[in-house]
Amino acid sequence: MLYYIFRRIIYIIPISLAVSLVCFMLVHIAPGDPIDAMVQPDTPQEVIDRVRAEYGLDRPLPVQFGVWLAKVAQGDFGTSLIKGRPVLPDLVSASGATFILACTGGLLGFVLGCVFGGLAGVYRGTWIDRILLGTAVAGVSVPHYWLGMVMVIIFSVNMNLLPAMGAGPGGSTEWAWDWAHIRYLILPSLTLAVIPAGIVTRTVRGLVSDIMSQDYITTLRGKGMRRRGIVWHVVKNAAPTVLAVIGLQLANLMGGSILVETVFAWPGTGMMLNTAIFQRDIPVLQATTLVLALFFVVLNLLVDLVQTAIDPRISRR
Amino acid sequence: MSTTFSNEVAATPAATRKIAREDTYWRGVGRRLLRDKMTLVCGAILIVMTVLIVFAPLIAPWGPTDGSIARRLKPVGTPGHLLGTDELGRDMLSRLLYGGRYSWFVGITPVVLAFVIGGGIGIIAGFAGGKINMAIMRVTDVFYAFPSVLLAVAVSGSLGAGIANAIMSLTIVFIPPIIRVAESVTTGVRNLDYAEAARATGAGPTSIVMVHVLPNVLGPIFVYATSLVGVSMIVASGLSFLGLGIKPPDPEWGLMLNTLRTAIYTQPLIATLPGVCIFLTSVCFNFVSDGLRTAMDVRA
Repeated sequence: MLYYIFRRIIYIIPISLAVSLVCFMLVHIAPGDPIDAMVQPDTPQEVIDRVRAEYGLDRPLPVQFGVWLAKVAQGDFGTSLIKGRPVLPDLVSASGATFILACTGGLLGFVLGCVFGGLAGVYRGTWIDRILLGTAVAGVSVPHYWLGMVMVIIFSVNMNLLPAMGAGPGGSTEWAWDWAHIRYLILPSLTLAVIPAGIVTRTVRGLVSDIMSQDYITTLRGKGMRRRGIVWHVVKNAAPTVLAVIGLQLANLMGGSILVETVFAWPGTGMMLNTAIFQRDIPVLQATTLVLALFFVVLNLLVDLVQTAIDPRISRR
Repeated sequence: MSTTFSNEVAATPAATRKIAREDTYWRGVGRRLLRDKMTLVCGAILIVMTVLIVFAPLIAPWGPTDGSIARRLKPVGTPGHLLGTDELGRDMLSRLLYGGRYSWFVGITPVVLAFVIGGGIGIIAGFAGGKINMAIMRVTDVFYAFPSVLLAVAVSGSLGAGIANAIMSLTIVFIPPIIRVAESVTTGVRNLDYAEAARATGAGPTSIVMVHVLPNVLGPIFVYATSLVGVSMIVASGLSFLGLGIKPPDPEWGLMLNTLRTAIYTQPLIATLPGVCIFLTSVCFNFVSDGLRTAMDVRA
C-alpha cells in the first residue's frame, strides 16, 4: 500500500509538467505570431518588444517553455496585458471566490445526489425510482447557465427575494459568512449543484441497487440484522466510489463554473477567464487555466489517496 | 430495466451473446427499444426537431436577421410573431429554427469527429498493447487532467471566436474519454478466446481487427459517444453564450440566450426560450442514449 501511495504521488510530477506544457502551448496555438494574440493591434512597438523579451519569444520553443516554467515555479505567473500588473494576486482572490462557490455547490449536489440516489436504489423498479432517475437525467441535461437565468427571473425579478448578481452588498469583494453575503451565494451555488446532483444520483442508485442484490446482504438479512445495520454495510461499500465521483465533480466545478459565474457576475476564476478571453489577455488566460488544472490534478490525487485509505482493495490491483 | 444477466456479460459487451445468437441480437435490441416508451418519445422529439431545423427556410415566417427596432420585445402570441420578438425586433420563432441549425451542427460535429479519431486511436492502443498502448494512454491522461469545460473554454479562447474553433476545441475535449472507452473494450475483446482462435488459425492483425474486433467494439464505443452528445450541445451553446462561438447577428441558441439577458425584466418568457431548446435537445439525446445502452446491453 505504501508503495502504491508513493508511486501515485510521484506520478503527479510528469502529469503536472505535461499540464503546464499544454497551458504553455495555449499561447502558441493561436494562429499567427503569438505576439499578435498577446497584445492589442494598436500597441506601440516598445511594448511589443518588452513583451517579446519578457516571454523570450525569439528563442526556440523548448527554451521558452523552460524559462516560463522556472518563472511559474517561483510564483511569477506573468503580467496582465490589460491591467499591467502581476496576475497572481488577482488569481488568488478569484480562486478563493470560486472555491467557496464550488464547495457549496458540490456539497449541495453531494447531499441531494446521495438522498435521491439512495432512495432510487432502495426502491429500484418502482415509480419512485423512475421519477428520481428522470429528474437525475434532466439534471445532467440542464444548460446550467440557462437555469441560472431562470432562477434569477423567479427569485430576483419576480419574487425580489435574492440578489441577481455579485458576491456581496455594494459589490464588495471581501467574503464573509454572514447572511448579507450568503444571500448572494444561494442562487449560484444551487445552479452549480444541479449537474453533480444528477451525476451522484445515478452513481449512488447504481451502487445501492448492486450492493443490495449481493449475497452478503442477503446473508445479513437472513441472520436477522436490522435495517439500520444493513444500511451501514451498504454505505461502507458504496463510499469509495461515491467519494471518487464527488471529488471529480468538485474539481470539475472549480474549472467549469465559468458559465455560472458569468451569469451571476460572481468574482471568481471563471469571470477572470471570461474577461481575459474578451480582452484577449492571454497571460491571464494561461495562468488561470494552469492554476485550475493543477488544482484538478491535486484533487484527483487526494481522491485516490483517500480511496486507498478506506478501501485497501484498490492498492492491491 | 437491466437484468442480472447484464452483469454477467459486462466485461464482454454484446460479444458473447452475439456469437451465441447471431440472428437475434439486433432483433432483441429493436424489441427492447420498442418497449422503452421514454426512449421512443425522446427519439420522436429529436426527429421532429431535425425536420424543423432542416426545413427552417421553408417553415420560418421571417428571415433570421430581419428585424425592426419598432417591433422589439413583443410578447409571445403577437400576431405574425408566434413566439414574440427579441431585443432587436427579430422574430423569435424564425431565429430559434435557424439557430437550431448552428446549435446542432456545433454540438454534434465534435462528437462525430471524436468518435472517428478517438475510436481509431483507442482501438489501435487496445489492440497493439505494450509500449504503444502505454504511450497513447499516458498522453490521454494529460488531457484528463483538465476539467472538460475549462479545456474547451481555454482552447477556443486562445484560438479566438468562430464556429470552426469551437468545433475544434470541443473535439479535443471529447477525444480522450472516447480513447479510454475504445481502449478498454478493445483490450477486453483482444484477449477473448475467439480472437485467440483466429490468431491460432493464422489470421493477420488486420483481419483480426476488421473481422473480430471492430464488430464487437463499435457498439459500446458508439453508445458511449451518443451519451456525449447532450453534454456537447450544452458546452457548445455555452461557448456561444460566452461569445466564443457564432458571431452575431447569426442566430445560435446559446448566443441568443446571452443577448436576451437584457430582456429578463421585460420579457422573461422570451429570454428563456433558447435555453428551453438547448435543454430539450440535450435531455432527449441523454434519454435516447440511456435507452440504447440498455437495449444494446453495453456497459461502457
